[in-house]
Amino acid sequence: MAQQHEKPHVDHVTGTATTGHEWDGIRELNTPLPRWWLWTLYLTIVWSVGYWVVYPAWPLITSHTAGVINYSSRAEVGEELAKLAMLRNAQAAGLSTASLAEIRADAGLQRIAMARGRAAFGDNCAPCHGGAGVGAAGYPNLIDDEWIWGGKLEDIERTLLHGIRWEQATETRVGAMPAFGRTGMLKRDEIAEAVEHVRSIAGLDVGTSANPAKGREVFAANCASCHGQAGKGNQELGAPDLTDAIWLYGSSRQAMTEGLVNGRGGVMPAWGARLDPVTIKALTVYVHSLGGGQ
Amino acid sequence: MASGRAAEPEHDPRDGIPLYAPAPKVYPQSVAGRFRNIKWTLLLAGMAIYYFLPFVRWTRGAGLPDQAVLIDLERMRFYFFFIELWPQEVYYLTGLLVLAAIILFLMNAVAGRIWCGYLCPQTVWTDLFMQVERFFQGDRRERIRLDAAPWSFDKIWRKAATHTGWLLIAWWTGGAWVLYFADAPTLVKDLATFQAPMTAYLWIGILTGTTYLLAGHMREQVCLYMCPWPRIQAALTDADALNVTYRHDRGEPRVSVKQAARLREAGEPAGDCIDCHQCVAVCPTGVDIRDGAQLGCIQCGLCIDACDDVMAKIRRPIGLIGYDTEAAVDARAAGLTPPRRRLVRPRTVLYAAIISLVGGAMLVQLATRSLLDVSATHERTPLFTTLRDGSIRNAYNLRIANKRSESRLVALTVDGPAGTTIEVSGALPASDWRAIVEAPADAAIDVRLFVSMPRRMAVGPSQMIQIKASDLAFGEVAVARENFFAP
Repeated sequence: MAQQHEKPHVDHVTGTATTGHEWDGIRELNTPLPRWWLWTLYLTIVWSVGYWVVYPAWPLITSHTAGVINYSSRAEVGEELAKLAMLRNAQAAGLSTASLAEIRADAGLQRIAMARGRAAFGDNCAPCHGGAGVGAAGYPNLIDDEWIWGGKLEDIERTLLHGIRWEQATETRVGAMPAFGRTGMLKRDEIAEAVEHVRSIAGLDVGTSANPAKGREVFAANCASCHGQAGKGNQELGAPDLTDAIWLYGSSRQAMTEGLVNGRGGVMPAWGARLDPVTIKALTVYVHSLGGGQ
Repeated sequence: MASGRAAEPEHDPRDGIPLYAPAPKVYPQSVAGRFRNIKWTLLLAGMAIYYFLPFVRWTRGAGLPDQAVLIDLERMRFYFFFIELWPQEVYYLTGLLVLAAIILFLMNAVAGRIWCGYLCPQTVWTDLFMQVERFFQGDRRERIRLDAAPWSFDKIWRKAATHTGWLLIAWWTGGAWVLYFADAPTLVKDLATFQAPMTAYLWIGILTGTTYLLAGHMREQVCLYMCPWPRIQAALTDADALNVTYRHDRGEPRVSVKQAARLREAGEPAGDCIDCHQCVAVCPTGVDIRDGAQLGCIQCGLCIDACDDVMAKIRRPIGLIGYDTEAAVDARAAGLTPPRRRLVRPRTVLYAAIISLVGGAMLVQLATRSLLDVSATHERTPLFTTLRDGSIRNAYNLRIANKRSESRLVALTVDGPAGTTIEVSGALPASDWRAIVEAPADAAIDVRLFVSMPRRMAVGPSQMIQIKASDLAFGEVAVARENFFAP
């Protein structure tokens, strides 16, 4: 360790006093830190004590010291969320009085409806229709231009409010694709011919052994009442267009046959009882804008 | 280093080694002369620009601020006279920082620490604060005497007046700072009537504190302990760079005027330096320039003024301390004619080349930058949608930025195979292949664009298409390229 020096040793080259520490002839120059630097360190310590008093700091067994100003980052988030909710409700006030068409026509209302609709869609619709509204087998794709029950704003709103085949709702949309096979209304070969006929009007490949006359006859007798003679469908009854490129359950022979044998009848809940009218409006505008709105 | 000037180390009785030493107070003496005048001129010019620039007006058009220099954080715009920058153009700032660094290097290679000595805010504000100090407490001698004297009414009012003066300048400094972030005349009015936002007062407070601390109390300590530039510049200087230099070839050996006369008569060598310590007394950082180039020397040139003054009085040629190169001093010391100063050296050429390259690139970019931008992001879910007629549709999220100060109509078209159609929700009806959207003034809008192709034209898995936004009035065209996906 350092020894007591009567007079500090001075380094010749720099003219600086040394500390007296020496290692293999190398001496350590005495270049003390400035005093204010030390005071800055003390100041940070004092600051930390103040911090303990003012802010939550020390962990206790089941809680922590709260600090005199009762600060909590969680409470701060809560306040901000409450503020946001207030802001959103103020914006929603505009949506509640405007008609759907007015919302569409007003860029500001449209933007609010879209933001609100996107959030509500993710919370309520995405589980069946997919996050982007792309749907899945049996769950309609909402971004294409095919609509089973209509793609106008009013149609979409009605579907949202009352659902499809939702028994609890009195105004729900009702339409049935009967189980022609299971109930014995059509025989196995009649179903096969009907499938081939539908494939022919849809522009899909048709089996070589098909009997077009038979198929047309079965279709006219059993299917045309809902889907129309030409198979163009009927949105009043929820009967899909059978001539386009979009197939809710797939366009394979197996999927078509399954539909004819067991019938089809997808269900959508009536959201009018679950969501407030503003959210329904926002959802309507949002779904309408996804790409298929008419 | 600081150690060279460290005050009497405080001896700890245990081992005699102090770990901390009080910073020795520097009492710079006032001086008059060429470099002092340059410094005053630059100080006044710099302060005038800093304090009054926010009040300069610049007409931009309706709805836009008419302040020449404005950083509008709320609307995310930077205005500088005829230039208006958006956040995505922050690379100009990067370029500016690169330029600033290389210009600093070039300044250093040509004439040493010009920045430190004349332009650095720390130097400029410290200079101003020292003048306030001098006004209330007198010059070097008076100040030393005052500090040593016991507290008295005279000492108290002089000290109080000094600190009040400092705080006022510091407060004004902070006040000017916030004016760059809002409409200056309005903000001044709001500040005076306590209607300004809390942040404005907060920032004025912060800058008042830092200015008071740095220029009033820390001064040379900032240069010695906090600033990285003295360290960097030491590695960048060379023998051909002009630096404030003590010409030891002429000054040594140091003798008194009478002694020098005697020695010269006897034909013996006598230096011009009479060891009067005037160069040390006027130094704002308290270094001795005669020890050579050093970290503590900010090269402000005040010692040149002080020494020239003394040389004139003792009737010796001025310039014992002056801007000189190491090469010249060495040559004279060896009895040779100093070489011509080399301004064109590899490093100066390199720095100048980088400066013109970066500066030129920025100018070209600025001059040719488009005031209409379009960027496109392909919708990921789903990549494509099959429509009723079998055609394939892709969705794109466009962002159209209109940097003009007026609203304009933008036509959107897509370069794709025959039969390609587009649709924009909310657009003016145009045709199947063209949509027209209104881009509001000085804003960016989001547009959802649907592009459809007949099934036989939609080649999977993807093909490149061009989305073109053309301004109908000005003819500006912006293009975005994206993929079109198909099964």
